[in-house]
Amino acid sequence: MKIIIAGDGKVGAMLTRQLSVEGNDLTLIDNNGKVLESTEERYDIMAVQGNCASMDVLCQAGIEEADLLIAATGADEVNLLCAMTAHGLNSKLHTIARVRNPEYSKQIYQMKEVFPLSLAVNPEKQTADEIERLLKFPGFLRRDTFAKGRVEIVELKVTEDSKLRGATLSTLDSITKAKVLIFAVLRKGKAITPDGNFELQVGDRLFVTASRNDLTVLLKDLGIITHRVKGVMICGGGTLCYYLAEKLLRSGISVKIIEQDHNRCVRLAALLPNANIVCGDASNGQLLDSEGIDSTDAVITMTGIDELNMFLSLYASEIGVSQIVTKVGRLENHSMVDKLPLGSIVCPKELCANNIVRYVRAMRNTEGAAISVHTIADGQAEAVEFMVDEKTLHIGEPLKRLRTKKDVLIACITHRAETILPTGDSTFEVGDTVIVVTTGDTIIYQLNDIFE
Amino acid sequence: MNYKMMGKFVGHIALVEGVFMIPALFIGMYHHETKSIIAFLITMAIIGIVSAFLLAVCRNSKKMFYAKEGLTCVGLSWMVLGVLGALPFVISGSIPNFIDAVFESVSGFTTTGASILTDVEVLPRSILYWRSFTHWLGGMGVLVFVLAIAVGSEGKSGFTMHLLRAESPGPKVGKLVPRMKRTAEILYLLYIILTVLDFIFLMIGNMPVFDAVCTALGTAGTGGFGVRNDSIAGYSPYIQNVCTVFMLLFGVNFSCYYLLLLGQVKNVFKDEELRIYLGLVFGSIALIVWNLRGFYDTLGETIRYAAFQVATVMSTTGFATADFDQWPAFSKAILMCLMFVGASAGSTAGGFKVGRLMLLMKNLRRKVRKSVNPNRVEIVRNNGDMIDEDTLANCNSYLVAYVLILVFSFLLLSLNGFSQTTTFSAVVSCFNNIGPGFEGVGPTCNFASFSWFSKVVLIFDMLAGRLEIFPILILFSKSTWRRR
Repeated sequence: MKIIIAGDGKVGAMLTRQLSVEGNDLTLIDNNGKVLESTEERYDIMAVQGNCASMDVLCQAGIEEADLLIAATGADEVNLLCAMTAHGLNSKLHTIARVRNPEYSKQIYQMKEVFPLSLAVNPEKQTADEIERLLKFPGFLRRDTFAKGRVEIVELKVTEDSKLRGATLSTLDSITKAKVLIFAVLRKGKAITPDGNFELQVGDRLFVTASRNDLTVLLKDLGIITHRVKGVMICGGGTLCYYLAEKLLRSGISVKIIEQDHNRCVRLAALLPNANIVCGDASNGQLLDSEGIDSTDAVITMTGIDELNMFLSLYASEIGVSQIVTKVGRLENHSMVDKLPLGSIVCPKELCANNIVRYVRAMRNTEGAAISVHTIADGQAEAVEFMVDEKTLHIGEPLKRLRTKKDVLIACITHRAETILPTGDSTFEVGDTVIVVTTGDTIIYQLNDIFE
Repeated sequence: MNYKMMGKFVGHIALVEGVFMIPALFIGMYHHETKSIIAFLITMAIIGIVSAFLLAVCRNSKKMFYAKEGLTCVGLSWMVLGVLGALPFVISGSIPNFIDAVFESVSGFTTTGASILTDVEVLPRSILYWRSFTHWLGGMGVLVFVLAIAVGSEGKSGFTMHLLRAESPGPKVGKLVPRMKRTAEILYLLYIILTVLDFIFLMIGNMPVFDAVCTALGTAGTGGFGVRNDSIAGYSPYIQNVCTVFMLLFGVNFSCYYLLLLGQVKNVFKDEELRIYLGLVFGSIALIVWNLRGFYDTLGETIRYAAFQVATVMSTTGFATADFDQWPAFSKAILMCLMFVGASAGSTAGGFKVGRLMLLMKNLRRKVRKSVNPNRVEIVRNNGDMIDEDTLANCNSYLVAYVLILVFSFLLLSLNGFSQTTTFSAVVSCFNNIGPGFEGVGPTCNFASFSWFSKVVLIFDMLAGRLEIFPILILFSKSTWRRR
């Protein structure tokens, strides 16, 4: 597929990596020649330097033959203008634009009509959604929902005092009554697909799939305390903070925001009348103490500086805050950060790129396309959700008779609102939802791809 | 340095070369040339062992590949190609001396066409074919070929832009389409189409099939090895004219042909480099015809000889139909100048490249204006696009490296004690991948009389000229081999 990406920033770079590996023809547009040059050397793409909203530049990038345009520059207005111009030049084009300004986010549905947008992505809003979900279901590092929220994939860390420490997967039944499946373990930066004799160690990150009810049981059996979050402290008052605070306030959680810039504080105060906004430097420990960091239920660090966020999270963990969420802008060295008690780590650009990649895959094959795609285990594995339709092969055959590809695992089947953790005798029928997990390089575009 | 990755790469390149020897082997079988059949079989066995060893040792290489590895890989691969390509010559006994054989082989791969052979007609057919085929392979580039076929599962394996950039001539190398593999495929497709066209036109002129194949391969790579002692001179005027046209065609930037395929004829003829290239060709022909008046019997003959010689020198091919060493001084001077210029960037030809020269001239004009009017701000443009200062600085340093290598090689070669003209034109001819020079290395003579040391220097010059200096220069730089 021919894809044009306008804006070679964080999201642009992440998309370039994902989409070029998947075998798309990519053309990148950016104003900055230096950035383009380094991207051109790293990935198999073509680069065009210039303003992505100008017709000349778009034509040079081959907009007439393109299938998809992704506008991901830093400025919403440029993205929208770019999408509009591009659509004017090629009416069959799909367009995706990143629109992150809260002032526009309310009118996004109207804007999708006016500037023919196939998809509008808002990384900050998505991240806010993700953090909200984490806060409402504490105890997990990450949660991804599938099958309309019936199935979840969660990430758990084996800590020093965890009951899971030293357990093997076959003895899991004696620890918890919940029906769960550990389908991947991330140990020292490498994703492993565990078998029955696999012994869990301290520091392992487990990827578990289960139904929502079983997860509650699991948490209880593991002794992970899950009291409701009532008060949250947010360090850093950017756009993401606004989206999150608004959501949390609406569900009755008290929010304290610490922001350095006075003008920004005033602006936030105007937008969020019920929030407690403190103007001050979050890197100042005394300020955090005096604002009661030790008595808050959750600390979320989301300043613009990754290092500061990590540092603040470490401090919060030291003090004993039960839940911590850290925002990082770059996720290249995840394995390094793993050892630190930073709580859950969220990365807006990753969420945003995932969203777009999902759209691209759905475009590639309109039939049997993935319903949702989630990158897990630092991008080393992918959980993909499919709907079983008439064209799916091997319907009704027990799984033990099927030959699937090496790195592929069927993690879950949802049959008529009932979640089944598959065994050798399980089958799938038309209308079922199947969640497939792949580790390794295989990319699964449709369900039939998993069979040998 | 990622030595394993580099080893793997060189192993692949060697393997490709081995596979390309198969047609030569068949030709040997067809003509019952026992010696060269054995030579090719032994060579292929050696290549098989070498690349199997390299591939086995470097099996689990990391995929990381940076500018340094890319450039070094290109330099190394070409040296390996040259040495392995020389084996059939040595083993078959056609060129018993190893240095001579490497000279011949490198001259083939770099599309120089300078030969140490005094009598090519006694060589076995299969060896002659292999000689010409090295031109064809070296013309577009072996690594480009590997990129076209071998980069298997799309985009996953160690991709690098540096390879294409290092092997394709010109100041600014870009892709035609987003995918590297597709770009390489398009380039080779155009190359094959043009070669086949050349072959067909030669066949129409009743050229023997074998001669036509070898001539077409030699023309396509702008190489210049002939299968006869008098190169192209013995063929009919029609064949000479076909050669003239195709030599010039292969000196054009291949992206022009791609634009033609896309139907953008207007843009092709707006291309500044193409215009200057054609202007230089026709201008030189006109001046030489004027200078040569009375030298040949008819005007038609004069034009034919002038055009052929201009085409052969400008496109850095090196075929010959006339002994231009006998021509008047002005004509020789024009040819000498054209030797330096070379053909367009992005073609199969060597030389300094019209495009690079054009940028240097524009930059010079800008500097002159600036010295008169110091506050003037001006940018250099090509086809209306801005050329950034980096590219211009690269052109300038290329010029410096070019002149330095030229001067040093000239000094080293003068140890032979030949005349100034012979020595200088030998260096110019090899460094610009042309083939013939003047006097002692003129169209009727060859490089056999040089010492082995001079031949090594010339081998270096040919490689440096083909790969545009830097990939070869960095092989001799200490920082390349130092641990990161």
